[in-house]
Amino acid sequence: MKLWNRHTGILVPLLAVIALTLWPVLTGKPANRETAFTLLKAVALASSLNILLGYTGYVSFGHIVFYGFGGYVGIYLLTERGWSLWMALLAGGVASGILAFLLGSAILRLRGAYFALATIGVNEAMRAFINNFELFGGPTGITLNFSVYKTYGGAAQALQTSFFIGAGLALFALILSYLVRSSKFGLGLLAIRENEDAAEVMGVTAPKAKTWAYVFSAIVPGMVGVLFFFKNGNVEPHDAFPLHASIELLVMVMLGGQGTVFGPILGALAYQGMRGFLVTSPIFKDIQLSVSGVLLLLIVLFIPAGAIGWLRHRMPLFRRVLA
Amino acid sequence: MTIILSLQGVSKRFGGLQALTNVTFDLPQGQILGLIGPNGAGKTTLFNAINGVFPPEEGRIIFRDKDVTRAKPSQHAHLGMARTHQIVQPLNELSVRENVMVGACFGHENQDLSNAAKIADEVLEFVGLAPRANQLAGSLNVAQKKRLEMARALAARPYLLLLDEVLAGLNPSEIDNMVQTVLKIREQGVTIIMIEHVMKAVMNVSDRIIVLDYGQQIAEGSPEAIAKDEKVIEAYLGDPKLAEQLLEEE
Repeated sequence: MKLWNRHTGILVPLLAVIALTLWPVLTGKPANRETAFTLLKAVALASSLNILLGYTGYVSFGHIVFYGFGGYVGIYLLTERGWSLWMALLAGGVASGILAFLLGSAILRLRGAYFALATIGVNEAMRAFINNFELFGGPTGITLNFSVYKTYGGAAQALQTSFFIGAGLALFALILSYLVRSSKFGLGLLAIRENEDAAEVMGVTAPKAKTWAYVFSAIVPGMVGVLFFFKNGNVEPHDAFPLHASIELLVMVMLGGQGTVFGPILGALAYQGMRGFLVTSPIFKDIQLSVSGVLLLLIVLFIPAGAIGWLRHRMPLFRRVLA
Repeated sequence: MTIILSLQGVSKRFGGLQALTNVTFDLPQGQILGLIGPNGAGKTTLFNAINGVFPPEEGRIIFRDKDVTRAKPSQHAHLGMARTHQIVQPLNELSVRENVMVGACFGHENQDLSNAAKIADEVLEFVGLAPRANQLAGSLNVAQKKRLEMARALAARPYLLLLDEVLAGLNPSEIDNMVQTVLKIREQGVTIIMIEHVMKAVMNVSDRIIVLDYGQQIAEGSPEAIAKDEKVIEAYLGDPKLAEQLLEEE
């Protein structure tokens, strides 16, 4: 009981992810499973981005670069080197982590808008590079040999397995986010977000802390990339590094509440739900991105703290539960 | 008597402006050193040079037998130096307790979170902010934010504390409280350098005073000697008679 009292903040997010995982299992419909997979993927990516955006206060417009790069590395190892899915997933995460470490050491010296611009540059540069990188198939990318799925019990079973791995990754992202939030390292990140100069005067080693925040926010997206493109059957530059997906992630995090554990999860679910409705509606199907643009504008103008931030502000009673 | 901080010929320029010229002094452990001077004399710049925000171009700074001339602010904190800011720098969206915990966690004692929370509560009690511990730092008023600056610096349990105008903007009863707090801190063995414009307070608490004007040390000595120093009075007021008059009014 004491343990739960100390960690009430993780309860609601944990239940949300578990419910999302059980929903297709209980209903048994493959269509529900695919919807749930998309939602869990968004939860994992948004929770990861939150470590950088919400806790550290650095806006990254190119976070999807880690998803694409990790995905490419994993799929390459899977098809060309014959690695197992598990090892490929791990390698994708590690590759993205290393990329974040190297990038972070360079561009995290920038602050505010300059950092945000640099992240766009990084994403576009990576796309251009992969487009011309023959080892990764250049502009046509890498296609998985269908026989790969046999190792995992055939295509249908592979989809099922992918779903559970996806749920696992969402859970991992959530726990990582919570651990960072409730650690001393996380307190240092929050201090950097609020006032980087003051934090340094108090002894927070900002360059090191920021770089590690970047690394922690990159690992899960790298793994999600591998899983998604494994399930997808191929990976191409234009699917791997879509700039608009980065912006959609920002909307999710800000909609739910940046800097909270549950916020990005709620935001991811709400945004994906809305997107699902918009792309199938005859009126909005071509302008769904405009709607998310307007949404971002409204959030920034009226509820900059996001839904959870707003609730925490209004109802101090919920603060323990809505960490 | 151990020397905790030693400045040797410290100079700093910003473009064409010579902000500090050849500042040299030794600070024995346990003393309160008052740093005074007219606006723009370079007092805050001297603090920024001492704790690494703007390292000096010339000269050396020795803190506890280590050369820290080129060290970063975070390294100074790890060595046991803490400061408050003239313009308060609260971490607005964090609670008052969390603000103070940052000081305890990342200072030279490198406390873990649960110890830091205990230290934060003690320090908040000490500076009189305990009832506000769970409030967001952004919601405090100016006097409380000044106390918060002080609490954060104290939570690091520093050897040397740099106080930059902690009395500015406070009313007379708040000033009295703050002066008592400063004296209590000294009793705990902390060495203090304080920049202050409130003359009565700085004259009362300082063991020694250094006067800066246009980046130069124009006088140094006990509070009584400084109050009578012609050069100091001229730097401040241009007219010694007016000075006496003002001191009487206080």
